[in-house]
Amino acid sequence: MSDNTSTATPNDSSRTSAITESVIRIAGDSQDGIQAIGGFLARLAGRSEQEVMTFMTIPSTISGGPSIFQVRIGSGEVLSAGDEADVLLCFYDHSYANHISSLKRGGIVLYDSDHVTPKEDMLSVYRHVGVAISSLTVEAIGGTGRDKGKNIYALGLIAKMFDLNVPKLTKLIEERFGGKDPSIVANALNCFNGGYGHQIQGLIESFRFEHAEKTGAPQVVMSGNEALAYGIIAAGVRFGAGYPITPWSEIMELLRRELPKYGGMFVQTEDEIAAISMAIGGSYAGRVSVTGSSGPGISLKTEALGWASMAEMPVVVIDVQRGGPSTGMPTNQEQSDLNIACFGGHGDSPRVVLAPSSVEDCFYTAIEAVNIARKFSTPVIILSDQAIATRIEAFPCPDLQNICQDISPDFTPVADHKPYDLTAADGVTRHIAPGTRVASGKYPVATGLEHDELGHPTGSGKLHTQMNAKRRNKLRKLASELPVPKIYGATEGHVLLVGWGSSKGPIEEAVKLGRSQGEAVSGLHIKYINPLPNGLENLFNGFTHVVVCEINDEGLYGHGQLASLLRSRYCDPRIKSVTKTDGLPWKVKDILTRALALTK
Amino acid sequence: MSTIAIPNETLPRTGIAATLPAPAPLADADRKPLTKKETAADHPTWCPGCGDFSVLALYYKLIEKRKMLHENICTVAGIGCSSRFPYFVQAHGAHFIHGRALAFASGVSLSRPDLHVFVFGGDGDAFSIGGNHFTHTARKNIKLTYVVMDNFVYGLTKKQTSPTSPIGFKSKTDVGGSTDRPVNPMKQAISAGATFVGRATATNLPHLLKLMEAAMDHDGFSFIECLSECIEFFPGAFDAAIPRKGGTFTEIPAEHDVTDEYAAYKLCDAPWPGVFGTFYKVDRATKNANEAKLITDSRAKLAGVPDWQILQRNFDRMK
Repeated sequence: MSDNTSTATPNDSSRTSAITESVIRIAGDSQDGIQAIGGFLARLAGRSEQEVMTFMTIPSTISGGPSIFQVRIGSGEVLSAGDEADVLLCFYDHSYANHISSLKRGGIVLYDSDHVTPKEDMLSVYRHVGVAISSLTVEAIGGTGRDKGKNIYALGLIAKMFDLNVPKLTKLIEERFGGKDPSIVANALNCFNGGYGHQIQGLIESFRFEHAEKTGAPQVVMSGNEALAYGIIAAGVRFGAGYPITPWSEIMELLRRELPKYGGMFVQTEDEIAAISMAIGGSYAGRVSVTGSSGPGISLKTEALGWASMAEMPVVVIDVQRGGPSTGMPTNQEQSDLNIACFGGHGDSPRVVLAPSSVEDCFYTAIEAVNIARKFSTPVIILSDQAIATRIEAFPCPDLQNICQDISPDFTPVADHKPYDLTAADGVTRHIAPGTRVASGKYPVATGLEHDELGHPTGSGKLHTQMNAKRRNKLRKLASELPVPKIYGATEGHVLLVGWGSSKGPIEEAVKLGRSQGEAVSGLHIKYINPLPNGLENLFNGFTHVVVCEINDEGLYGHGQLASLLRSRYCDPRIKSVTKTDGLPWKVKDILTRALALTK
Repeated sequence: MSTIAIPNETLPRTGIAATLPAPAPLADADRKPLTKKETAADHPTWCPGCGDFSVLALYYKLIEKRKMLHENICTVAGIGCSSRFPYFVQAHGAHFIHGRALAFASGVSLSRPDLHVFVFGGDGDAFSIGGNHFTHTARKNIKLTYVVMDNFVYGLTKKQTSPTSPIGFKSKTDVGGSTDRPVNPMKQAISAGATFVGRATATNLPHLLKLMEAAMDHDGFSFIECLSECIEFFPGAFDAAIPRKGGTFTEIPAEHDVTDEYAAYKLCDAPWPGVFGTFYKVDRATKNANEAKLITDSRAKLAGVPDWQILQRNFDRMK
């Protein structure tokens, strides 16, 4: 919490400090609705035009298990969910024991005194505030003997502590619980008001966020999974297929629910292979379609993905990465699918890989992926991850009227058509959809066999060589059109921290931290993983060390997956990596400490 | 937000020869039925005498007889000898991966109800590697016609045991004779929920054509198992069903109630070479129709609302 000013007066128990940001960690069990508290705080921040970022962990057990939600709200730029919490709200002894160390020294631990017994040795390190949340909740809703609703009671306590906008929160609660049984809204509001009105003993101050600068555009608040799914809809995709797997399922649930409103459909298939096959069938039928998965599901899709490369069929595959291999750690973050995304499958099967860096970027990346797939008639993989999928961020509402696309197929008859024309301008060919009349009477076959220009099978080594070159060169063409990323910070220095995907925020924060300590550190975020944009080597040249920070294993040869790709691309021994596989997002301090240690 | 600028443009079409005249503006009704010359494409790569030739010839005939238009026919196949089918037909076609033709074709059928979607394949494609898709495409009752040219052997890979090989069949993977119980495709299809289930041979052409027509007219997942001899690796496999070779071709009696599932199961157990015709045929809502209804219902309150505004409403709720 960055204290700016304090309006404290001696012996005033209701002292209020103005703050610019705060990290609140809520720890409990997964059925306690702690995500709901976090969600309310995030959406309130969004409506207050504040920056917000969240981080959650969910157990992979079927019911119950420890779960946390961390929300960082700031009046300025918020790049990560925060290394340390200012406030820890914990419901149980295990939440207290496991998360007390995530609290900043002197931070506030707000605990449910019905369940938590504070540790003696912690009392001097953190400010302890006990509230009998469970029993007070039961009291607030009329003594039904159940403490369901204690999350909303706790939200009331937090609202009091941070002097949050009560009318806005009340409205959010009404929106969330409205439409159901009216007694549910009434109960929720009773809980909230109970918590808000509770005289917290031992809390010597409350906080107030400084007003954020008006950004102009109203903000929307959503998770990365939601942003990807809505981006796919905005891009004009109207058909998709998928199979449930965590954390991808949420995207397919949303598309299944929403697409019919747009005249589209999303099919739940019998397996992962059917899902990608059906999506490719949908693309072949004339309109780029979508599928997606996580973990093992991506492995299963690779054969069909190879077909899409070979047949030059556009399709968008969303990979919400999780801990692997095999079933691995289904609800944890990892960036270990870069290799399979870029190279998975037999044979030479070029494809495009994009990795969004934030929730907002998920929305726009989905549209970009669809358009690259259409323009280059190629499979495109979007590499999201568990952390970005589940975290909630606020971002300016997109200009949907101008962004939403119509990508309906064109059935205008053609004179003649070569689906794999080797003389095509730019080396890129696009398919005509079934339903298109071909005057010559020669109809195309989309095929996974090596083929001639008309799509008929060939055993010719010459054609295989030419077609391999065609499939590869069109992605080189794409590479030449990709924007070269900009360095965050100075363009010359000691260490360039390179990241991809959801690590962008923590890396930029590490750069800020490093520079504040006098280190010549800069950052570079790579969004276009395959093909890489041209000219990265020029950016590397300004630095003594290039350190790729990624959440995967260093592998047999000591480099993370992107680092290995960059080393093979640039043959540059300055490229090294810091990696980790603890299933959690980067801590800003860890990035900096480890990168500096590597380059001393 | 910086993203690379690939604008919302109508992309130029490629691979189109500019030198050829534009297609004649002929009304569909005035177009003549396609002749075999117009529907035949590459010369089939099958061995002389292969049963698959008959199925192909009848497909041409079906297209001609039913006055289907080139551009509205979509022929899909997986991997195997019979799955080379799309190359031999002048129509939009896709040669997909092993076992997954039905899933691919489902994507075509569901998103494009205006097309005639035909899937051709073999027994390995249908009942082994693609077994799961066979079950679920039948269950979902996706509107398409699936003809399996069943030769009881893997032909393309040169004589390995297939899921329909009879017990005792000697192959390169069962030199002492196969011991695994073969799949009964009719039973499999009926129990999976296929709404049209028929059986034919590649040697009784009028019967096969009649069945293919009935399958095509069926609104739902229509499946035909067509016994099609592999002259190279399982010659004589179906002689018992060929009268000119001393066998008997027994048609399902006219009094069989095609909507009676139990009666259909009983037919499946008829002694070798079994019976031929329509085993089972019922009307059940297709996935295509169910999804269309879902779309109609979802859009009932959205008439005239542009897509971006539908999305805007969702975004407004997330503010």
